[in-house]
Order: sequence, then C-alpha cells, then structure tokens
Amino acid sequence: MLELKDYRTKVHNDWCPGCGDFGILNAVQMALFELKLEPHNVAIFSGIGCSGKTPHFVNTYGFHTLHGRSLPIATGAKLANRDLTVVAVGGDGDGYGIGAGHFLHAGRRNLDFTYVVHDNQVYGLTKGQSSPTLLKGERTKSMPAPAIVEAINPIATAISSGYTFVARSYALDVRHLKEILKAAVLHKGSALVDVLQTCPTYNDINTKEWYAGADLPTKSPRLYKLEEKGYDGVVKNPDDSNEVTQKKVQAITSSFEWGDKIPIGLFYKIDEPTFEDMIGTRIPGYKASALVKQDLFNQNVDQLFQYLT
Amino acid sequence: MFANIEYHSNIKGEHSYYRVRASDHDVHSHVDWIDLLIALDKETLFGDIHKEFPTHNGHRNEVSPGGGIIYDAALRLKPEDIGRPDVNLYPIPYLDVLVSALKETGHEHELSKYQVMTNTVAFGASSALIDFDFDLVAEAIKEGFTGRKVALGDLNVKAARHGYDFVKQTFHDDFAYKLHPLPTKQKRMVIRGVQAVGIAKFRAGCAFQTYYPITPATDESEYLESHQKEYNIVVVQTEDEISAVLMATGAAHAGVRAATSTSGPGFSLMAEGLGWAGHTESPGPVIILYQRTGPSTGLPTRTEQGDMQFVLHAGHGEFPRMAIAPGDTMECFYDTFDAFNYAEKFQMPVVIIADKFIASSYRTVEIPDVSGLKIDRGQIVTEPELEGKTPYKRYAFTPLGVSPRTIPGTKGGIFHTTGDEHDEYGSITENSENRIKMMQKRMRKLELAAEVIPDSKKVSFFGPPKADVTLVGWGSTKGAILDAMQDLEADAIRCNFIQVRYLNPFPAELVSKFLSTSNLKVLVEGNYSGQLGALIREHTGIAMDRKVLKFNGRPLSQNEVYDGVKDAIKNGMKEVVMAHA
Repeated sequence: MLELKDYRTKVHNDWCPGCGDFGILNAVQMALFELKLEPHNVAIFSGIGCSGKTPHFVNTYGFHTLHGRSLPIATGAKLANRDLTVVAVGGDGDGYGIGAGHFLHAGRRNLDFTYVVHDNQVYGLTKGQSSPTLLKGERTKSMPAPAIVEAINPIATAISSGYTFVARSYALDVRHLKEILKAAVLHKGSALVDVLQTCPTYNDINTKEWYAGADLPTKSPRLYKLEEKGYDGVVKNPDDSNEVTQKKVQAITSSFEWGDKIPIGLFYKIDEPTFEDMIGTRIPGYKASALVKQDLFNQNVDQLFQYLT
Repeated sequence: MFANIEYHSNIKGEHSYYRVRASDHDVHSHVDWIDLLIALDKETLFGDIHKEFPTHNGHRNEVSPGGGIIYDAALRLKPEDIGRPDVNLYPIPYLDVLVSALKETGHEHELSKYQVMTNTVAFGASSALIDFDFDLVAEAIKEGFTGRKVALGDLNVKAARHGYDFVKQTFHDDFAYKLHPLPTKQKRMVIRGVQAVGIAKFRAGCAFQTYYPITPATDESEYLESHQKEYNIVVVQTEDEISAVLMATGAAHAGVRAATSTSGPGFSLMAEGLGWAGHTESPGPVIILYQRTGPSTGLPTRTEQGDMQFVLHAGHGEFPRMAIAPGDTMECFYDTFDAFNYAEKFQMPVVIIADKFIASSYRTVEIPDVSGLKIDRGQIVTEPELEGKTPYKRYAFTPLGVSPRTIPGTKGGIFHTTGDEHDEYGSITENSENRIKMMQKRMRKLELAAEVIPDSKKVSFFGPPKADVTLVGWGSTKGAILDAMQDLEADAIRCNFIQVRYLNPFPAELVSKFLSTSNLKVLVEGNYSGQLGALIREHTGIAMDRKVLKFNGRPLSQNEVYDGVKDAIKNGMKEVVMAHA
C-alpha cells in the first residue's frame, strides 16, 4: 500500500523559507500519491534554477537537466518508454526564456506529458533579475530599473502552440494545484500548468499579501477560480472547428485578465491524438508496446544490402 | 567503382556534377582528370567564367589527352571553341535524339514535360562510346523507376537507346576507353556513406533518431525514415540541434539505443548537451557528425576535416566522450555499429566523425557478413537483482568506473541524475572528496575503453614496415592516400601509411610505435592547420615533418596526394596546400 511518504526523499532541501516551491513540491507528491502512480513508473524532469532541484526531492526517476532543456530530454524519454508518466518542472525563465523554443514545439507535438512552470516573475537562483513574465514597467527589489520589455503570456502562448490542456494555479493553494495537476497528468496530451508563485526573497511585488489583495480597497483576494464563474474551457467536440476556435479565443481573452482580479483554473482542454498516437500511424510497430520493451537488436539487414546490388 | 558529387548551396541548380571512376581493380578515390566528359550544358565545358570568382573554369581543361567530350550539338560549337585538339569531340543533338525517342512511343507532343530526359540521351551515348552492354544500362535505368513510375522508366530506356544508337551510327568506334563487366564470384553493391551508417543503425537496434535539417547530414535521417516501418525506428525532426542531441540523450537514458546526425553548425549547438550526456553518464547518444566546410556557414555543400579538434573539446569542463573517424564507406558501417555498443558499455556519448565527402560518395563493395556483429548493452541491473538490496546507487564507485545502470521503469531501480556534481545516488553535493572521486570515476571509463577496444580498430597500418616516407592521416582522405601510395611506389618512393581511426581514447602508444621507426612523416589532412598532427604531438611528442593540406571545400584526390607528397619530399616544402576545385 503506497503512502505519501513513499514519494518523498531524504535529500537535503535548500530552498529559502517560505518559498513557493514547497507548495508545488507538496502538490506534485500529493497528486502522484492520489493517482496511485507507482514511483518507479514516474519520471520527473527539470531545468536549472531553484525549481530545478525538485526531482531530487521526489522519490521517482528524476532528471535534473540543463537550463531550459528539460522538455527535449523528457520528450526523448517518453517516446522511448511511453509507459512512464512524465512530468517536467521548471521556472518561468527556464521554460519561457532560454527554453522558449522547446516550450512551443512540445505543445505542437502534443506529447502525453505534464509541464509545471514555477511562475514567480524573477530569476531566483541568480538573485532576482526579471523573468519573461515580469510585466513591463515593474521593478522588483534587486532590479536597477523597471522592466522595459513586454511580458510573455504563458497561457495564450501555450494555447496558440498546441497544448491541449492549459491551466493556471497558485503555489500557496496546494489543494487547488494538486487537483489541477491530477487532471493534467490524467490528460492524454501536452498539459501546461502555469503556477503563480511567490519568491519571498526577490519578488517584493507579487507577494503572498499581494495575491491576497491586502493592498486593495476591498481587501479581497486577487485570485478567483474560473469554474466558480461558470467558465467552461473544455472542447466538447474536437471536430467542430467553430467550437475549438471559440474556446481558444475565450481562453486567450481570459488569460489577459490581470491586476485586481486574476483567474486560475482550467483555461482550455481538448482531446486530440497524442504525438505517440501519431507516430503509431506512421510506424505500426510503435503501437505494439513501449519502444524500450521491444527487441530491435540483430534485425536482418540483408534486404537493405541486396537493394543496393 | 568510386563516385562523388559536387554541388552548390542552392535549389535552382548551378553547376553540379558527379565524377564516376571505374576500374578493374579496387579504387578508393577520385582523380582530377576526366577520360570521358559528359557535358549536359555549356557551363560544364567552360565554367562560370562570367563571374568575378568563378567556381570552376570548365571541365574541358580536365579531359585527358585522347579522352572524349560528349556535348550538345545544338550549342553549335566549333572545335576551336572547345580548344582541345588532343581530345575526341562527340557533338550529339540531345533534343533531336530525344524527339526521335518520344516519336517512337507517341509522346512527341509532350516534349516540354520530358525535356529533362536529354540527360538520359547523353548517358546512353556515353555507354555506346565505352562499348558498355546496353542491357545493363537498361536494367540500371529501370531500377530507378518503380511502382507508378515504371512507364517513365521504359521511356528513359528508349531515350538512352536512341542516344546509344546515334553514337554507334554517327561516330567511328575509335574511343580508347572501353568498359566491360568483370566476372565476379561475390555479389557486390554500390553504397553511399549515409546508407552504410543507416544500415549499421538498423543492425545495432537503434530505436530512436533525431535530426534538424542540415546539409549534408539529412540524407541519412531520410534514409532511416524511409525504412521506419520495417525497423520500428522513431525518427523525430526537432526544433533545433539542441533539442536533437538532448532528445536522443533522454531516449538513451530511458533505455533505447538513440542517435542523432548533424553537421558542424548543428554540432556547435550540441556542445552543452554533449557535456550533460557525458556528465550524467548517459548510455549514448551516438552522434554522427558529417563535417562540412566551416567555420560558420562556410561552404555548406562542400567537404572538410575541420571539426576534429572541436569534437574532442566541445562542451565546457572535462568529461568522457568517444570519437571515432571511419576512413571509408564500410568503416562507416562497422564504426557506427560499434559506437552503440561502446555508448552503452562505457555510458558515454560517442561521436562518429565523418564528412560530406564520405557521406555522399558511392563505392562498390562486397556485401559484408554481419553475422559476427554482436550486441553488447553493457551492465544493466534488473528488478530481480535489486530486490531486497540496499537503495540502488546509479553512480556507484567501481574499480573500472562503470556503474551498472537501471532502465527507468524498473522497480527498485529509482535514480536521480543531474548536471550538478553528485554523489553515488545522483544527489547534488559540493563535497571535495566526492568531486575528485567522481571526476576520476568518469574519466576512468575512457581508460577502460582504451583497454577493451582491440588495437586493430584504433589504428590501421598500410605498406611495408620500413619506408622512405610515412603518410599520416585520418577519415575520408584514406582512399586518396591508399591510391596515391601506388603512384609513389611506381616512382620508387617507398611509403607506408598510418590511419588513425580512434581519436578519443587516443591510441598514443600504437601511434608512437608506428611513427618511431619512420623516416619522414608527412601529414595529409583536409583542413588548414593539420589537426591530427597537433593531436599526435599532444599525445606522443612526435611532430610531423611535412604537411599536405587542403581546405578549399573539395576532397583530396589521388593525384593531389601524389603531387603534394612529391612536393613535400622532393622540393622540401614544409607545407603544401592543394587547390584543385
């Protein structure tokens, strides 16, 4: 019988006290536990940054890769062994900055995996520079001057790149995040979960108090759940191009809501054939079993030589 | 038979050509003279001399005395225009001959559609001049047109036949060069480097190939893709070469044999990924690097041996990687096969350093017996072996440096891996003692590879033990060196040849041993600085006496090696730069 502790390791954790990473780590472990996924059938991939250390703290196969490069490595592993549950985690700089190219193309492929992005608007491990999600004109405490370039909108970018499950959650709302992560892992296809997260050390703008709306006249939380407002981002009929377009436009429109009110939850979901399914249409043998379980050694190559005679 | 292609980096055409060399003995290279030139257009004859820097000055200058030129009679050239009174001229009205062939099959009204077939007319004409068996010509043409294209094949045979007959009816049968089939015992094939690599991958059980489109590497990936159904190989076109090398590394870590193929610019992007693969002791990937002329975009469709030192040092910090340089088409086959065994056995990336020349050249070879090739996946720990044991250590310290690995998905075999320095479990640590031991463990694997791999694979030695001149080279210059050695021998210059095939781990003792008895050491390389010479000096302290180099993007020919070596030894030139286009 699996217990939650089976998903934890004894590796020393060196994140700052109060870091949003803890919430994400707990939610990942709880989601895997509640989905009853056996630890050895899960592989977690990360990039570089504070969030990059996540795999070391989860008792599954773990790949702490290069800055911005978790997705290619995760993709290769998943294609080699599609029986693995593959989760990639990384920071906003890792995924939307240096790894932006891979972020787009992973969505295009619709590989069956989940990508969890720690979105705290700063580069933490290099001491607080602006990340691609910091809004233009904002200045966190270690920046010499406000940001002079536009921020990336991860939700809109993911939808236009082909991700088939696009959601946002909040690192300090572990229950909500855990449920979103479970849905993302169960989704067959590329799932992006953009996680708003505090960096108590370097982001003095988007703080826990700020998310709680302490500065607002009404002192009401900024974050609200899409589903509580009757929002439905799920495409019912993937063959209905009108519905698909309408749901995408709705999601992209909602993703630009930022300020006093910020939506979290499932923005968009559609069931489409995965990359693995599509490879199976080209290579019938790919469908038989995970590639790593096939004996492809010592295959006969005589006919290839004979063709050249 | 040996054939190679030269072409421009564009799509509309410009002057592209094949050189085909046939002989009754094994030929390993091309030569810079032509016995029979088939000119499909005017530029082939005269070059692109209208330009400030012409790519070539016309192949008419390269035809050997007594040789022949087939060209289009419609060009209305007078013999003095061609300016070669010492060669035989065979003007053939390509279009008229083609029209006569089309008339016979009722296609005369579709001339514009079939105009491209004038090349087949010229091909048929050339086979008549050398008195080649037309049935074989017809057979070869038909092989190129299968399925829905069978009728087109027949039409091409007809065009070739008309070209053939035109020559037989129009010209005296006085052409000096004839080509007749030789009786053979063993079945032979005509194979290109990219095909040899591809077939080796199938045989080795490579299940995963990534690539980003780049000349001249993509041909190999397309070859693999064309057989993906039969061999269950997943070929992924990635968003860039960073992704290509890392996707393959991810697949290798996940337990399949994985590879990627690229050229210099792509390999430059792979440098960081190569380091991650080396540091995390990934059982692969196998990287095939088809060098082209650098730096930067360089001459994208031309060849060079300019990336060897880069391969040996690519990536920051020190980590193990193997580098093997096959010298000919079938060495491409065997070295690629071995690369997968070594990648898994020693848990490191393996780079096969080939080049454009070897990738795209055709050679006649005997069909190899592959039954002796054995798969060796190295040490893999499975679930039953792990049961009841203490926690598994992916990076366990072992006397030989190799830690038995598990394949993700194995119960009890969970591991973490990281590009940070790590302990035996793969957890990050900045401990000093551990750092030293981990570095030594990783690098120890290269020593192990050097111990395990047979000497015969690392270095090849050709010629007599004692010689006046020792030629030293690596990679695709092998063929030209072997063929030039015969010419040098004919000039009473006794020579032998050391071909270095394993560049890392470098067989220092073997190379030292061979070189220590040599009189004059002449380095022959397709690059500017003599990179192998530097590598040999680094590992053995032995310096080359002379260098014959070429870096204009074109491969060294047999006659260039001969001329270069002669200049180096007779005229005492320290460094000879060859320049044939």
